[in-house]
Amino acid sequence: MSARKIRVMVAKPGLDGHDRGARILARCFRDAGFEVIYTGCHQTPEQVVAAAIQEDVDLVGLSCLSGAHRVLFPRVVDLLREKNASDITVIGGGIIPEQDFQMLYDAGIKAIFTPGASLDSIVDWIRTNIQGRD
Amino acid sequence: MYFSDETQKKSRELTEKWQHDVQETLKSNPDQKERFTTVSDLDIKRLYTPEDLTDMDFARDISVPGEFPYLRGNQVTGYRGRHWTFRMFAGMGSAQDTNARWHMLLREGQTGLSTAFDFPTLMGYDSDSSRCLGEVGKCGVAIDTLEDFLALIDHIPLDQVTTSMTINPPATVLWAMYCAAADIKGVPLAKIGGTIQNDMLKEFIAQKTFMCPPEPSIKLISDTVEFGAQYVPRWNTISISGYHIREAGATAVQELAFTLRDGIEYVEDIIRRKKMDVDDFAPRLSFFFNSHIDLFEEICKLRAARRIWAKVMRDRFGAKDPRSLWMRFHVQTAGCSLTAQQPYNNVVRTTIEALAAVLGGTQSLHTNSLDEVLCLPSEQAVEIALRTQQILAEETGVVNTIDPLAGSYFIESLTNEIEEKAWEYIEKIDAMGGMIAAIEKGFPQMEIADAAYKFQRQLESREKIMVGVNKYVTEAQHAVPLVEIDEKTGEEQIRRLREVRRKRDHRAVKQSLTDIRTACKTGANVMPYCISAVKNLATQQEICDVYREVYGEYRDPGIY
Repeated sequence: MSARKIRVMVAKPGLDGHDRGARILARCFRDAGFEVIYTGCHQTPEQVVAAAIQEDVDLVGLSCLSGAHRVLFPRVVDLLREKNASDITVIGGGIIPEQDFQMLYDAGIKAIFTPGASLDSIVDWIRTNIQGRD
Repeated sequence: MYFSDETQKKSRELTEKWQHDVQETLKSNPDQKERFTTVSDLDIKRLYTPEDLTDMDFARDISVPGEFPYLRGNQVTGYRGRHWTFRMFAGMGSAQDTNARWHMLLREGQTGLSTAFDFPTLMGYDSDSSRCLGEVGKCGVAIDTLEDFLALIDHIPLDQVTTSMTINPPATVLWAMYCAAADIKGVPLAKIGGTIQNDMLKEFIAQKTFMCPPEPSIKLISDTVEFGAQYVPRWNTISISGYHIREAGATAVQELAFTLRDGIEYVEDIIRRKKMDVDDFAPRLSFFFNSHIDLFEEICKLRAARRIWAKVMRDRFGAKDPRSLWMRFHVQTAGCSLTAQQPYNNVVRTTIEALAAVLGGTQSLHTNSLDEVLCLPSEQAVEIALRTQQILAEETGVVNTIDPLAGSYFIESLTNEIEEKAWEYIEKIDAMGGMIAAIEKGFPQMEIADAAYKFQRQLESREKIMVGVNKYVTEAQHAVPLVEIDEKTGEEQIRRLREVRRKRDHRAVKQSLTDIRTACKTGANVMPYCISAVKNLATQQEICDVYREVYGEYRDPGIY
């Protein structure tokens, strides 16, 4: 049996409404053959984590353009760990200053994509790093 | 007929000859690419001639400034009498910090104020809500109570400066704070002037700052329009906005069409719900557009906007007052056209976009700072952005004559084309039963998502170019200093909020909120009750929670 399709959740944590990038990525992932769940805007980290577990996704892609990523991204990783769901990979994107990258990596964010990152580069990263689980 | 038969005939002959020459030249020197398009992907011809304007009638379609269809502007003297308002959108951290930035901008020659609120304020949450982790003061100023608001407007002469507030679901609350502040400062409501954005339809379509469902959201908007018409006659109680629609990825035509159709929806609601005569409120309707990087497309969009609105108001709503037919608008240059890569190039982009806004006849302008793609603007960056407007106004001569591009074969043809395409959308949405119905179907959201995705794919294939992103890319970047909002700003704000909560008259707050609840339930105008409530130091979330309780909450359907 072949591995199942990669399941990806695109999530917008916090109060930020800038969702152009998140929606473009959701569509791009669908075109790339992934199964996609898009949360819509204004999700609390708790809601993101509950949905990720419920939907049994392989990867959560967090998008934040409001500057709240420093708090929200690590919170999502922590909550996944608390729920014994650390096998779900978390990546992030948005307006993220380079000086925040290390702090986010240290918190468990596996990759960060900022404006100018090509869609293909993000899809490639996921294909390389995520195996669809049975 | 715009041109005489003789001119048309000559034009045809010469154009045919030219076309022949082009074909010959192309054999040895092909074009650099197959399609030449606007940033919105409209095809542009190699040449425009009188033949593109065969059906045009000067008096009917172009005319002069101050005359129907107002293509050339509302004001008969143009920018000679008065420049557009230099209005820089500003808000950072605390009310005190923002007030300081405002005073700096006024010192440097800014002529109107514009407020950026942080996300908790925009969404109707207090700074200490669990929903606001990491957000307080980040993208704008945090305002919880009237005390913050009074700090925000400290030493601002409310009877002399007009203030715009980009606020939507809690617009009634923030406007109530402005009215209450004016009252406390002894400035009569009849003397204050400004704008609240207060346009909820575009929130559901694009900006995604929503709270209650569409129907009650519009009710609150109609309340402000009614209250303004009675007591605050110099206030624009709505700024019907295409800016965010465009930023979400719409084309110029979609921005224009959805914004104007939103405007129609509001006018219909106010007439139906408030039984007001259209001429009693239409002169205070204002608009807000984006100015993107495609110079001519933007100029034509703004010209078409005025002409469509004049027709809508005259023919659809039977407005008689010329001021009801005027479309007055603010413009902001396109944030989405700026690049994080090689950020100093953004100065050039903003200059061209500002020029488009001016050539399109804007009444008010915000120019983005070169660093706004990365963070809140630094003082130096905002000064360059303001100076860009001042250079346009004072040095370049573009203000010398009104609507200088009128009569150009290309400009008039593209203006007509954009108008026609916008009407198609407007009629389509009419057929769906109006904008709320269209939003419930996800129609505008999906159209924008399609356009945004297409543009992104065109960037990836380099069919569309952004310098520094997919062409002329450099490794070494000239970094700009980033403005950071101290995490302590949030803590300090929460401390102030709790202090206000402790010292206020709790019974008065409770009574105020009960009054608002009753007004919501009976359909009475909430504005007078909101003003009392903020004076009693009710927090903005407390008032918004009443709206949520009575009207329910809207959740993002997550359309992509």
